[in-house]
Amino acid sequence: MSSTEPRRTALDAVHRALGATMTDFAGWDMPLRYGSEREEHLAVRTRAGLFDLSHMGEIAVTGPQAAALLDFALVGNIASVGVGRARYTMICQADGGILDDLIVYRLAETEYLVVANASNAQVVLDALTERAAGFDAEVRDDRDAYALLAVQGPQSPGILAALTDADLDGLKYYAGLPGTVAGVPALIARTGYTGEDGFELFVKPEHAEELWQALTKAGEGAGLVPCGLSCRDTLRLEAGMPLYGHELTAELTPFDAGLGRVVKFDKEGDFVGREALTEAAARAESSPPRVLVGLVAEGRRVPRAGFPVVADGAVIGEVTSGAPSPTLGKPIAMAYVDAAHAAPGTAGVGVDIRGSHEPYEVVALPFYKRRK
Amino acid sequence: MSNPQQLRYSKEHEWLSAAEDGVSTVGITEHAANALGDVVFVQLPEVGDTVTAGESCGELESTKSVSELYAPVSGEIAAVNQDVVDDPSLVNSAPFEGGWLFKVRVTDEPADLLSADEYTAYTAG
Repeated sequence: MSSTEPRRTALDAVHRALGATMTDFAGWDMPLRYGSEREEHLAVRTRAGLFDLSHMGEIAVTGPQAAALLDFALVGNIASVGVGRARYTMICQADGGILDDLIVYRLAETEYLVVANASNAQVVLDALTERAAGFDAEVRDDRDAYALLAVQGPQSPGILAALTDADLDGLKYYAGLPGTVAGVPALIARTGYTGEDGFELFVKPEHAEELWQALTKAGEGAGLVPCGLSCRDTLRLEAGMPLYGHELTAELTPFDAGLGRVVKFDKEGDFVGREALTEAAARAESSPPRVLVGLVAEGRRVPRAGFPVVADGAVIGEVTSGAPSPTLGKPIAMAYVDAAHAAPGTAGVGVDIRGSHEPYEVVALPFYKRRK
Repeated sequence: MSNPQQLRYSKEHEWLSAAEDGVSTVGITEHAANALGDVVFVQLPEVGDTVTAGESCGELESTKSVSELYAPVSGEIAAVNQDVVDDPSLVNSAPFEGGWLFKVRVTDEPADLLSADEYTAYTAG
């Protein structure tokens, strides 16, 4: 895009009225936080939070061969996703490098909604369009067709239930169904990026503000607060969820990222990256590459993306994401480290924080798992 | 937000109290605290350290970033606020009061410190 003017979501005026601190994110002017990001984080862990995620990139894939196209274009087995269900998957280059991680919703037999990261939406759209050649299927840019609101946290089912007749009890994790919320037509999905139970609501942009206000009102008694992207990042980090550009890049295959399980070699037909990914899978078995691990600080200085991970004075890895963890009360990080140092409890691992080697404990991911 | 009239301000967003017996108190402004977000770690100079106006003398970590703490004046550190080391959120909740950072025996000060009104105008843009 040539325009340097940031894009604004349908909820822009709402954020400004709430006094949000805004930030540029992938060309969008998005709320970073409304007050204290730590309070917002803890609200999602203990009560509920309301997010504007309208920057996410929606792409519709429809037609008789929509399933066949997605099976060819993505690494997952998309034809096997039932109507009303969703799948976490990835789109890779021919060399196996990750172009993006995606959630694909099957809305009908021949209708899918692909949700890409804002920063990669154009890349994914272009790749899907190119890969659609020869398939009886249509790829449509639906970014402007949706606003996306998320209600996340243990109180979110109760809050949403007050506004919809949809069968939320029957709506399992990674399922989505069309319904009505607060009188507004919505795709109601039980998905999220926080490690908590919660819902994502895809609605027309002209309905976004009405829905936001209804959710705010319905959540008043339950302690729901508006939440910005800052706490979304610490929530997903605690939950051990990867973020494109940090844990996932075009230089890494899903196997390098420890997410080889999303690659389905047993599906019908060829798919983009099959050959390279077959080799990457074998390589991961025979000579493990760097491994994605969790690091928990013994001190209080915070590791940031790009900081070297060290042991015995030598660099053995690199931090991909780091932040103070509101739940653990200490700094945490995800990092790729040499396999020899990747086992939980490995002694002598530290992070080089501006020249000083701070001790860190190697732990298994995630840092936080909700009680069900 | 309003910046207390009795304080002076640096362009690096520190505030400085009027000296009592040659000692001034230093903190960061509410404007700076809001820009940082939740402060989670404060590294301060030690009592007896010599600091130089405009040079880094510590750091403040927030959720998103780390920022240098600059000395608004030159001098010797006379005291540090242990309360803010133990509870860095004081920087956010009371930047001009309980969230003060250190006291410095001033030996020299730059000519470009701002008044409250000047600082307010400086940060309005």
